[in-house]
Amino acid sequence: MTSSEDIRPDLEFLAFLAQGKFMLQRPRVNGKPFFYPRVAEPGTGCTDLEWVEATGFGTVHATTIVRVRPPQADYNVVIIELDDGPRMLSRVDGVEPGDVAIGLRVKAQIIPFEDRHAVVFVPLTNANSEEAAQS
Amino acid sequence: MSIARRTPTALIGAATFGIGEAPGFTSMDLAARAALAALDEAGLSMSQVDGLFVCLPSDFLSGLSVAEYLGIRPKLTNNNRTGGSAFLTHINIAAQALEAGEIDVALICYGSNQRSGTGGLVSAAAPNMYEHPYRPRLPVSAYALAASRHMHEYGTTRDHLYSVIKSAREWAMLNPEAFLRKPLSREDYFNARMVSDPLSVLDCCLVTDGAAAVVMVRKDWVEKRPAAYLLGLGEATDHYQIAQMPDLTTSPAKFSGERAYAQAGISHADVDVVELYDAFSINTIMFLEDLGFCKKGEGGDFVASGAIGPGGTLPVNTNGGGLACVHPGMYGLFTVVEAFRQLTGTAGDRQVESAEIAVAHANGGFLSSQVTAVLGGASTL
Repeated sequence: MTSSEDIRPDLEFLAFLAQGKFMLQRPRVNGKPFFYPRVAEPGTGCTDLEWVEATGFGTVHATTIVRVRPPQADYNVVIIELDDGPRMLSRVDGVEPGDVAIGLRVKAQIIPFEDRHAVVFVPLTNANSEEAAQS
Repeated sequence: MSIARRTPTALIGAATFGIGEAPGFTSMDLAARAALAALDEAGLSMSQVDGLFVCLPSDFLSGLSVAEYLGIRPKLTNNNRTGGSAFLTHINIAAQALEAGEIDVALICYGSNQRSGTGGLVSAAAPNMYEHPYRPRLPVSAYALAASRHMHEYGTTRDHLYSVIKSAREWAMLNPEAFLRKPLSREDYFNARMVSDPLSVLDCCLVTDGAAAVVMVRKDWVEKRPAAYLLGLGEATDHYQIAQMPDLTTSPAKFSGERAYAQAGISHADVDVVELYDAFSINTIMFLEDLGFCKKGEGGDFVASGAIGPGGTLPVNTNGGGLACVHPGMYGLFTVVEAFRQLTGTAGDRQVESAEIAVAHANGGFLSSQVTAVLGGASTL
């Protein structure tokens, strides 16, 4: 088991993403996940942390369309409230930016980004909801 | 009404310089010109300044460079950076140092040539690996996200946002110093280019040059000069990145305001004029709610009622604000200068009749840092 002194938050988060896992940290004592990764739980300073896989489900909490000059396409930027509790900045893929409404249920997807990976979301459908339940 | 005197410090000089376009000046030149004008108004000389408070947009050691430029050797130098609210945190520290007798004359100044010098907004925000992949256009996208949530929870509309800008323009038309002195029609507002929905280019503050400075002393130094007394000041911070904001519709202004009112021994109902940091149109609505001038969620209707414009019941951003007067990267200190002018009866055509208590409220980061100052005229002592 890794001791808390050894936590390298960003590196570990990215290494998990590279393995296809979207992981959150939580204190072993209360089990409440937080995001973004840190060496200690925000607010308490608790360093007895463990990584836990996120459920991958969330809800659009706030949304904006960033307008760009053609031929580039406008894109959405959202704040997702994860079912696990914390919120994060992200985007919703596979849907027109104007159709990303607050309250939309979404599911996480790990995508390659530059020389690493990032978490984006896609709208939750019956199909990907079942797929998630089976995995 | 009697008001308890909480802090025996006062502003006795407040000045601006180079508002709009000031080509050929560096940010330092502009800050120095404002500083000289504020000291002149205060009847003090540069050599008397023993406390220097400053931060410039792209000069992280500006506490040192400005001291050198001005040729002063301050006992206390403070370069605190909380975004655009930094200057009100400087006032807090200056007041404490003055009260403690550590310094006698505090100079707080700021300048930026970011319109003519760089042609764009200079951001001091460091890139963040948890935001960067999604390409938010900061700062506007952060405020747009908050606005989307405010609209969702409270039914706030772009018509409400228009009311904020319309009012700012009306005030600016009364202020010869303001950069944008023309009215805005509803049609032009709704035709404006969107930048980060629901915010258009007109919902964003100006990018101008400009400088501001204020001089603070203990009460016993005021003599018979026009002065604005610091009755209360509260600070609050609860996040940095917008995704970490605990409640996207309520800023920490709720707490900075409560602290400032408590220290001043007043309530929002005692305030005659409000100068607040309108980096984006949504700010005005949120801060009016957070500072208690209307209930949470009712800010949209409040601004649409005409209350905040010229002739309204609560004059807000009487200089035209960041939306129509000046916004050289960081606007915080300009709220204080305008509050000073209103309290000393030097605001010209936009003077609020018998203004005795003013709120100057500044914002930093992404609704992250909030600082509220309550200032009073001589009658409040």
